[in-house]
Amino acid sequence: MNHALILPILLPMFSGCLLLLGGRLLAINGQRTLSLLATLALLPLAGVLVAQAATGPLQVYALGNWVAPFGIVLVLDRLSALLLLVTALLALFALLYAVRGDDQRGASFHALFQFQLMGINGAFLTGDLFNLFVFFEILLIASYALLAHGGGAERVRAGLHYVVLNLVGSSLFLIALGLLYGIAGTLNMADLARAVAEAGPQQAPLLGAAGLLLLVVFGLKAAMLPLYFWLPRAYASACAPVAALFAIMTKVGVYAILRVFILIYGERAGLLTQLAQEWLWPLALLTLVLGVLGALAACSLSRLLAYLVVVSVGTLLAGVALDTPQALSATLYYLLHSTWIAGGMFLLSDMIARQRGGKGVRLEAGPALLQPQLLGGLFFLGAIGIVGLPPFSGFLGKLMLLRAVPPGMDGAWLWALVLLGSLGSLVALSRAGSVLFWRAGRITLGSAERDGGRLFAAVGLLALSPLLVLFAQPVTGYLDATVLQLKDVEDYQTLILHGGGQ
Amino acid sequence: MEALFALTLGILTASGVYLLLRARTFPVVMGLTLISYAVNLFLLAMGRLSTGIPAIIGQSQSYTDPLPQALVLTAIVIGFAMTAFVVVLALRSVGETKTDHVDGQERRP
Repeated sequence: MNHALILPILLPMFSGCLLLLGGRLLAINGQRTLSLLATLALLPLAGVLVAQAATGPLQVYALGNWVAPFGIVLVLDRLSALLLLVTALLALFALLYAVRGDDQRGASFHALFQFQLMGINGAFLTGDLFNLFVFFEILLIASYALLAHGGGAERVRAGLHYVVLNLVGSSLFLIALGLLYGIAGTLNMADLARAVAEAGPQQAPLLGAAGLLLLVVFGLKAAMLPLYFWLPRAYASACAPVAALFAIMTKVGVYAILRVFILIYGERAGLLTQLAQEWLWPLALLTLVLGVLGALAACSLSRLLAYLVVVSVGTLLAGVALDTPQALSATLYYLLHSTWIAGGMFLLSDMIARQRGGKGVRLEAGPALLQPQLLGGLFFLGAIGIVGLPPFSGFLGKLMLLRAVPPGMDGAWLWALVLLGSLGSLVALSRAGSVLFWRAGRITLGSAERDGGRLFAAVGLLALSPLLVLFAQPVTGYLDATVLQLKDVEDYQTLILHGGGQ
Repeated sequence: MEALFALTLGILTASGVYLLLRARTFPVVMGLTLISYAVNLFLLAMGRLSTGIPAIIGQSQSYTDPLPQALVLTAIVIGFAMTAFVVVLALRSVGETKTDHVDGQERRP
């Protein structure tokens, strides 16, 4: 058994516990070093796992050596390895930003950060639905506390909505799990796929109801149309490194949708074939439209960016709903791009806010910035990237998605809405940029801060976008193989149910 | 017994949803608690209802499914922690915003 599979969960767990226990003993520099080392170690680990997943078949790790479907298994395939790498990179830069001072605005930042990473990594690795629920709860409870990090009425207000909504979501998740277990008698994903495929007309409606309940739960995490209202307020009020890390949280929802509705309710699901796709398609497009409208109406930069996260979720889910190999590959490419660049833009917006004193991120004329050329230039490049204009990765991702859609009504809707959405985002961002950088006064504030460490973190995340373009060929090669592996449900089942646990 | 169980679940969930839609934090927390009780009972019922049968193979003619009991145990622990957290957050919200309205501000007349 390859023990490297469980390290992405154990490493943050132990460092989180150490940070929690040693929080009183370690000085802040010690905590920072420990936290940074633990996060840095995730990067080569994820790299090794990606290399292993890319060359070999998918790997199964039976926890406690209990064989599936009786025990809980961790599964490493190309998709989960890739998402571990995305998380490790994003977390490293978010943490580099946080150690420049944001981590001292509240208690236990580093411990919570590590627990959040543990939950995210676990959710990507697990092959059991109940275990997925548990990891969701771990990442959520860490995120509740991180969201409130720094204090203040606005954060508490946004946090209350976020917590209550997610608790309702957790209840629905449990109801769906109960239904699935009651009918199918298993919660292992591979085994569930078998049970759903074999379901007769007696059981199919209840299994379908459980599947759609899961869609609601994952849609809440991913911020899909009727369930995204918590997101702009929560992301806009979180402090910058937390908001950057949260860029991966919606993608956890998208990942869960991909996994469950391709593996369990996918093409071979008997009576429940392609259960979610017909719901996803209109909801995804409407999410996109409303996200753009929200971005156009936003009165602060962080809220504008939060709505752009909603837009990216809409685009991703549209790709998931198309469900062709080309569309899914394009979706994954866009997922990489949108996670990193949204994180980078949240960090950049905080750097801008720190030079505007009380005006902060509000889109009003303010004092002159200390580094207008530098920040303005970065904002310009980041905006091009996030909207999806050439030469950056957003353009490639959208182009691949638009080319993947077959001609016809679906294609017409997708082309029109994605392109108009990009135009709307471009208008919103150019308005924001012209207010922030051109309608500035003559005097810079004495309180304005400039900080090389913060700049490094933000530039690091934004620079991943051109890198994605430079290495587009190997990346898309990997993603094409990922989609093939994801779609090969039979192979997945055979390995887990009959060949697992070695 | 099934009818009584279903009725209990229905009443718990309905009361929970009603309380959840209130505008004050205390009823909302109570609603969440009631819903999580209903969910826990539902999980238990998914192992099929039976009385006086052990959860061990070989002790009697039949056996109850132990897995839902383990699931419920996990769900109770997590639900308890979450409720404790949301109570603290609600108290903090009252402290910060001087009102127990869920939006953190009274509705303007």
